[in-house]
Amino acid sequence: MNYGAATNWTIVFFTFVFWLLAWFLNSWLVKQEEKNPNLRNFNTIAVPIIFGITLLVVWEGLVRGFNVPTVLLPPPSMIWERIINSTDILWLDFKQTFLKAVLIGYALGCGSGFLVAIAIDRSPFLQRGLLPLGNFVSALPIVGVAPIMVMWFGFDWPSKAAVVIIMTFFPMLVNTVSGLSASNNMERDLMRTYASSYWQTLFKLRLPAAGPFIFNALKINSTLALIGAIVAEFFGTPIYGMGFRISTEVGRMNVDMVWAEIAMAAVAGSLFYGVIALIERKVTFWHPSIRGGRN
Amino acid sequence: MRAIFQSKTFAILTILLTLLVIWYVMAVKLNTPWQLGVYERAGTSEWTTSQFINDTLNQKRPVLPSAHQVFSEMYVTIFQKPITSKRSLVYHSWITLSATLLGFAIGTLFGILIAIGITNNKALDRSLMPWVIASQTIPILAIAPMIIVVLNAIGLSGLLPKALISTYLSFFPIVVGMVKGFRSPKNIQLDLMQTYFASPMQIFFKLRWPSALPYLFTSMKVAIAIALVGAIVGELPTGAVAGLGARLLTGSYYGQTVQIWSALFMAAILAASLVMIVGLIEKRVTKNMGLTT
Repeated sequence: MNYGAATNWTIVFFTFVFWLLAWFLNSWLVKQEEKNPNLRNFNTIAVPIIFGITLLVVWEGLVRGFNVPTVLLPPPSMIWERIINSTDILWLDFKQTFLKAVLIGYALGCGSGFLVAIAIDRSPFLQRGLLPLGNFVSALPIVGVAPIMVMWFGFDWPSKAAVVIIMTFFPMLVNTVSGLSASNNMERDLMRTYASSYWQTLFKLRLPAAGPFIFNALKINSTLALIGAIVAEFFGTPIYGMGFRISTEVGRMNVDMVWAEIAMAAVAGSLFYGVIALIERKVTFWHPSIRGGRN
Repeated sequence: MRAIFQSKTFAILTILLTLLVIWYVMAVKLNTPWQLGVYERAGTSEWTTSQFINDTLNQKRPVLPSAHQVFSEMYVTIFQKPITSKRSLVYHSWITLSATLLGFAIGTLFGILIAIGITNNKALDRSLMPWVIASQTIPILAIAPMIIVVLNAIGLSGLLPKALISTYLSFFPIVVGMVKGFRSPKNIQLDLMQTYFASPMQIFFKLRWPSALPYLFTSMKVAIAIALVGAIVGELPTGAVAGLGARLLTGSYYGQTVQIWSALFMAAILAASLVMIVGLIEKRVTKNMGLTT
């Protein structure tokens, strides 16, 4: 590999050729009208994957070709090497930030949002007052409470979990309340003719009908939770944690370590989201957006 | 009378009042240990309850500052300092606001362009859309400090790096909303355009763009709120020079809780007014288009 100061045009050229080839392959794949459903499924998965691979190759090629300083943007291969070489540190950070702060905060925040929504469901007065406030709070920069939480609950994970709880509470509240009113009058009247109690109506009709809304909140919250926990760590942590690692390694110009953390955060976030989406498919299988096939 | 009790404003005000009461109760409770310590050191062994409560609510560095402390701090830093002073909250808000607005503008334009690409090109749609969605699951705010520091290293500092983070955050809702919006015209409407022999450009400007506008405004409300968050977080790692994020950070370093809370309230006010402004523009535009129901 040529590490001279000058631009290595061969690499740039081959990168460009690869990009063109991948582009044509994708356009060709998209045009295929597959009759075989298995092959068609393969196609829908292959197209974005090819795009992703192209992105990585172009990244690698351009960084190496133009000799971009690794401080600015390390090539993917270097990041991968760093991930392989420091799995122990990454695992320690992951345990601290994701398994403790994010998951616990997420469960408590979503759970309490859900319970409060059911509690205020019976009081139109509280609904009228709390809903606009909930909507308003959802638009606020809640991560700003992070320094206060760190001050109150100390440097360890409880303060991060507290930030996550506050961030996830309101989307859950607002979505559940609007979900609970999703069933229409005719359906509720039917439950009435069955002489079902409030709780029976709630569990057999209104909660299932609220499913799509609740899962929407769960999905929004999955990304919010990770962001909240990481940003909260910028304000003070013990000597491990994803946010801590990112902010200190940036200071030491160890950019490959930072990117390794980011890659891990991205994978964790995507998996978290994916698991919730899968559960959604199983639970709200009746909803048109899922029954109607893909997406 | 009944109408007042059943109105929305009454309900909201009642709840706000309740929150305020809870705030004061919590403030007294959380500040009590410190205040007891102060009395002990000062040797004051006797005090009345009202004096005690009064003291807990007016500490210099309370665990939880009381509402009147926060609001008087806000009043002082907003109205009684020259706006060029580093102690002025207006000065810091303006720095954050300018980054937010720049990032939001770039993000909106960029998002609309990507949405146009996605709706007009099938290969782009199939390959780009999953990645646009995946980009959302990445905690991009976590990358914020790195982007700032790296851009600083190559000589870019000040407004633009922060704006870029706001851009990245705000482009996503715009893309998703606009793709939905550009696809919202029904087949029957598209067919009508065909019978008029409309060119693709004409179809875009006379049918797709107008029908996507309501979606644009909905996404813009989300985007501008999130752009503000991006700008604030973007200010954290710059060594806390200026801006609301810097106020939060210096406040937490020096234990200035009142400063943190006033910066938080300022951020909340900014977010609310930005969303409201977008809402007003939306009302205006949809009214001119005859879309208001």
